Amino acid sequence: MTDVINSLGILLFATLAYGTPLIYAALGSCFSEISGVVNIGIEGMMTAGAFTGTVTAYFTGNPWIGFLCGGLAGMLFGALHALATVRLGADQTIAGTAINMLGPGLVIMIARVLFNSTDTIPLTPEQRMPRLLTGVFDTTTTFGRFMDNVFSTYASTYLVFVAVIIVWFVFYKTRFGLRMRACGEHPAACETLGINVLRTRFLCVCMSGFLAGLGGACVTMAISNQFRPISIVGQGFIAIAAVIFGKFRPHGALIGCLLFGFCSGLKTVLGGSSGIDTQLISMIPYVVTVLVLILFVGKSRVPSASGKPFIKAR
Amino acid sequence: MGKEHVDMNTPVIEMRNIVKKFGDFTANDGIYLTVHKGEIHAILGENGAGKSTLMNQLYGLIRPTSGDILVRGQKIEMNNPRDAIAAGIGMVHQHFMLIQPFTVTENIVLGTEPVNGIKLDMVKARQNVLDISEKYGLSIDPDARIEDISVGMQQRVEILKALYRGAEILILDEPTSSLTPQEILELIQIMHKLTEDGKSIILITHKLKEIKESADFCTIIRLGKYISTVDVDTVTESDLANMMVGRNVTFKVDKPEMEPGEVVLEVKDLHAKDYRDVEILKGLNLKVRRNEIVGIAGIDGNGQTELVEIITGLKKGTEGEVLVNGVSVYNKTPHFGFEHGVSSIPADRQKHGLVLAHSVEDNLILQNYKKDPYAKKSILQRGPIFSHAQEAIAKFDIRPGGSEKRAAGTLSGGNQQKVIIAREVYNDKDLLIAVNPTRGLDVGAIEYVHGYLVEQRNKGKAILLVSFELDEIMSLSDVIDVIFDGRIVSRVPGKEADEKTLGLMMAGGGKA
Amino acid sequence: MKKKRSVLEIISSVRFIHILLAIILGFMVGAIFLAVMGVSVGDAYGKLLDSVTTVKGLSYVIVYATPYILTGLSVAFSFKTGVFNIGAEGQFVVGSMAAAVTGILLKDLPKPVLIPLCFIAAMLAGALWGIIVATLKTKWGINEVLAMIMFNWIAFYLSNYIAGLPGIKNTGTAEATQTISENARTLLSKDFINKMGLAPTANWGILVAIAAMILVWFIIEKTTLGYELKTVGSNRFAAEYGGIGVNRSILTALAISGALAGLGGALQVMGMGSRISIFSAQEGFGFGGIVVALIGCSNPFGALAAGLFYGALTYGGSKLNLVGAPTQLISVIVGTVVFFIAISVIFERLGGGLRARRNAAARADKEKREAAKEPPAEAVKPPEGDGAAGPASENEGKEGEAK
Repeated sequence: MTDVINSLGILLFATLAYGTPLIYAALGSCFSEISGVVNIGIEGMMTAGAFTGTVTAYFTGNPWIGFLCGGLAGMLFGALHALATVRLGADQTIAGTAINMLGPGLVIMIARVLFNSTDTIPLTPEQRMPRLLTGVFDTTTTFGRFMDNVFSTYASTYLVFVAVIIVWFVFYKTRFGLRMRACGEHPAACETLGINVLRTRFLCVCMSGFLAGLGGACVTMAISNQFRPISIVGQGFIAIAAVIFGKFRPHGALIGCLLFGFCSGLKTVLGGSSGIDTQLISMIPYVVTVLVLILFVGKSRVPSASGKPFIKAR
Repeated sequence: MGKEHVDMNTPVIEMRNIVKKFGDFTANDGIYLTVHKGEIHAILGENGAGKSTLMNQLYGLIRPTSGDILVRGQKIEMNNPRDAIAAGIGMVHQHFMLIQPFTVTENIVLGTEPVNGIKLDMVKARQNVLDISEKYGLSIDPDARIEDISVGMQQRVEILKALYRGAEILILDEPTSSLTPQEILELIQIMHKLTEDGKSIILITHKLKEIKESADFCTIIRLGKYISTVDVDTVTESDLANMMVGRNVTFKVDKPEMEPGEVVLEVKDLHAKDYRDVEILKGLNLKVRRNEIVGIAGIDGNGQTELVEIITGLKKGTEGEVLVNGVSVYNKTPHFGFEHGVSSIPADRQKHGLVLAHSVEDNLILQNYKKDPYAKKSILQRGPIFSHAQEAIAKFDIRPGGSEKRAAGTLSGGNQQKVIIAREVYNDKDLLIAVNPTRGLDVGAIEYVHGYLVEQRNKGKAILLVSFELDEIMSLSDVIDVIFDGRIVSRVPGKEADEKTLGLMMAGGGKA
Repeated sequence: MKKKRSVLEIISSVRFIHILLAIILGFMVGAIFLAVMGVSVGDAYGKLLDSVTTVKGLSYVIVYATPYILTGLSVAFSFKTGVFNIGAEGQFVVGSMAAAVTGILLKDLPKPVLIPLCFIAAMLAGALWGIIVATLKTKWGINEVLAMIMFNWIAFYLSNYIAGLPGIKNTGTAEATQTISENARTLLSKDFINKMGLAPTANWGILVAIAAMILVWFIIEKTTLGYELKTVGSNRFAAEYGGIGVNRSILTALAISGALAGLGGALQVMGMGSRISIFSAQEGFGFGGIVVALIGCSNPFGALAAGLFYGALTYGGSKLNLVGAPTQLISVIVGTVVFFIAISVIFERLGGGLRARRNAAARADKEKREAAKEPPAEAVKPPEGDGAAGPASENEGKEGEAK
């Protein structure tokens, strides 16, 4: 029984740890998609955030400045994507592909210049994302250990749930949210009502980069303590998948990300003990996602104007 | 009414010598428009004459290349719709500018949402919407989603949207194009009520009868040029028509009397569900014979779309039978139907009729690409495909000439329709289904399409015509079947049909 | 003769010029970064050029390019048929593993039997991967991009798993499969390689790539199958109306696309690779294929050219360290090229004359123009634009008469 509770605690810890960066990135993806811009460049934006976050934390010694700068780096690439797709009417898939090459290429190049290596120097515990509620629980009891596992987690994880609530509020309870959802459905109608479609979309894509950047920073500042070229390997795409899974709603995407994090957590828990090949266990999150889609989710309704550049007549 | 502007009020709207160029194409070439308070002013012109372009400038969506816009005597620079809205101008677009998954309230307040701090105040928004709908007597359900309400209701929402923004001048762009005769009457009443309240209305249309019924003045434009402004009471419909087209037009379709032959299409007790899984066809029966045009009159959404989709094999029914020349094509594939005598001119030529990215020659062989001489052993034969296209382009006068290899999407709407007609006529099937075959076409192209339909009928084809233009149905059909709520509710000989009774039957009021 | 004309057409087309411009801009941006890093631009680009212009370098370029040409063809083919095959990565991985397993388990078969068997195994595996995704889409309506991303990773871990199985795994310490049978390799003969001074891994895979390219072009342009797939790709409603089975077409398209990527995997392991490692991250052949398809305008001949370009950069890039420039410069250059291709409309606005401006206006106000262009049967209005100046003035004359 103790073992089970222990494992469960570790499993929940791992779910949150794996899930957190995905949730940030998925929230970012929601912003972009719902305003009508497909952003497959999330992966590149995460990489930029992961690197910049670690490096600024390393040089400033302050994880929060690092975290914020990670977001801003992602935002920079978001702005680049927005420039191409919103202002210049570029094909959104192609521009996103370019971002995915540029992001990693640039930061690894800079890493080579700064550190003479593709990896950054590992962060000290003070430079890393702090863990909250450490030492609050009595780890000598089973229950205390469980609580410690689940709640003594990174500040970025606590923050992401706040972020989900804020994003949900912005989407469904504010003027800006109503307008940006309208832009994703019928930009021409928005234009006739005096809503600036291009500006709204531009902001949303920048915001999408910012959140993706935060997600990237979580990976290298919380779960691990340094940036390596393989820090971000597909998380951006998984986040996009979670958004499609969650039908383009922030709360839906949250569930998708947690499900994925949970399956990845299973990998950690089962990995050592079960005797099943680790490679097969690693497959679980992907297989489960497909199965869940087949069994429960099915078709998701893409915002009507998604992927179509909006060109104003003048 | 508002016609005696003897008090010499300054006009509410004045557009002076408006020129709008797109590249080296001049869409508006020196247009004048003067509208006074409380007046319904029609703008008449063919499709493509430049009416919408003119109005988009008044509404700030595009900027004039040169010319002045004055609102209540003040020269105004319309940089975007916000300026127009601020100047009291509201516009109801032909293609509604509504967000389908949003509610009525959300659509009406969008862009000028009431807020409470940073939070949207939807309670207040809903109350505002109810207030304004009551004030103008335009009742709506504020909580319904746009995708769930009728076209007539959607139009109300559009009008309310403009009124909500304090519009004093309303631009209605082709407002009747998808309304029933009854809904049109209602709209005209609404328009009169609004002008009594001191609003001014600019009505864009190419329908002469509506102008006679509702407008005070009419400005005619043709090919982007200003032709004239007339007092509607002093002119006849045919005067208007001649000014619009620039030549004499006859609305009569030349159609010899013919005795219909054997039955080609027979639909028996057809049932089907729509995409929302609601029963939409409820036991429909229909017969079309050789040398006969059967027109289906009805309001959109009563099962016409589903009926056509089932006959052409695009959709499956839940019960019933569809026979073409005695062979069942019910719940088979489109290809099976085609092989057994079904051809069609689909409602949405760009969505269903053509592959816009493909060349004209490839579009002309859409159903026959596998057949000799266009393909041998799965290899396309470019020679025969090309010469077939050459022949079709010459015979059907598809312009520009020599467009065999051009993408169909680069042709004009009328020429795209000609490509489809050419293809279906060459297919030479016993049954031809035409759905809204003249939508968005101008007078010349409409005459052309009507001519072909009659010619095919004379050659012994059976023709099923589905159209939302009642005039079209009445002038072409030998027999008119009225569809209501998934059934044919009455059958009227074409010659005896009159608009009023048809309209009544279409709304479910007629006797079977 | 016909083919010649189409190559000429490509070269003279505006699109081709845009891509050249994008490439030049890519190198310019790369130069800026080099300058900022204090590396001599001349040294770096000189090294890049030198390394690919020798006979040996050129043979390396071809070896590097071969798999990318195949994944590029795979993606280009999918674009033509209206699907975005982001799953080429996974199809490549299962293809290369299938070829490797065949080459290991059936190692005693003679060359003329084993090589085709490896190809077939790889193509089947790739096609299967495509078909699975297509089935998920057609049967359950699951977004294909999402499914492909999942199946890329499933393929990745499956390959790692198989590589670790007894009988497949290397008997030494290497975290990789055994080396595949000599009889399954496509290498050129040692003598020839030495005599010509080629790369030691020089192989004839490029010929297979060229054959695949011609086949893809033939299917798309010349066959009824190509007609079906293109029609479904551009307008599935019209396709359905024309009697083309939409679901079957999507299945066929992804199967062919998958087979091409799978073949790419086979060529990689049978040529340069010789065995498959247990990886910690995806190798990116599929994503490279997307880039190749984009630079190659989704055209089969373009994919060949772009594949060679990409191969040259990849190989040349690996030599950049020698002059103190980071290898990642290549990603930056290629990323920039792709970025400029994405915004190539801007070239029209910047450099275009009347025609370009007219095109932009046409896009912006297509609907109005469309209606305005309509010349009805009796020529009431002038047909607008598209070089129809003659008839237009003629019609205007008529119009005046009518009045």
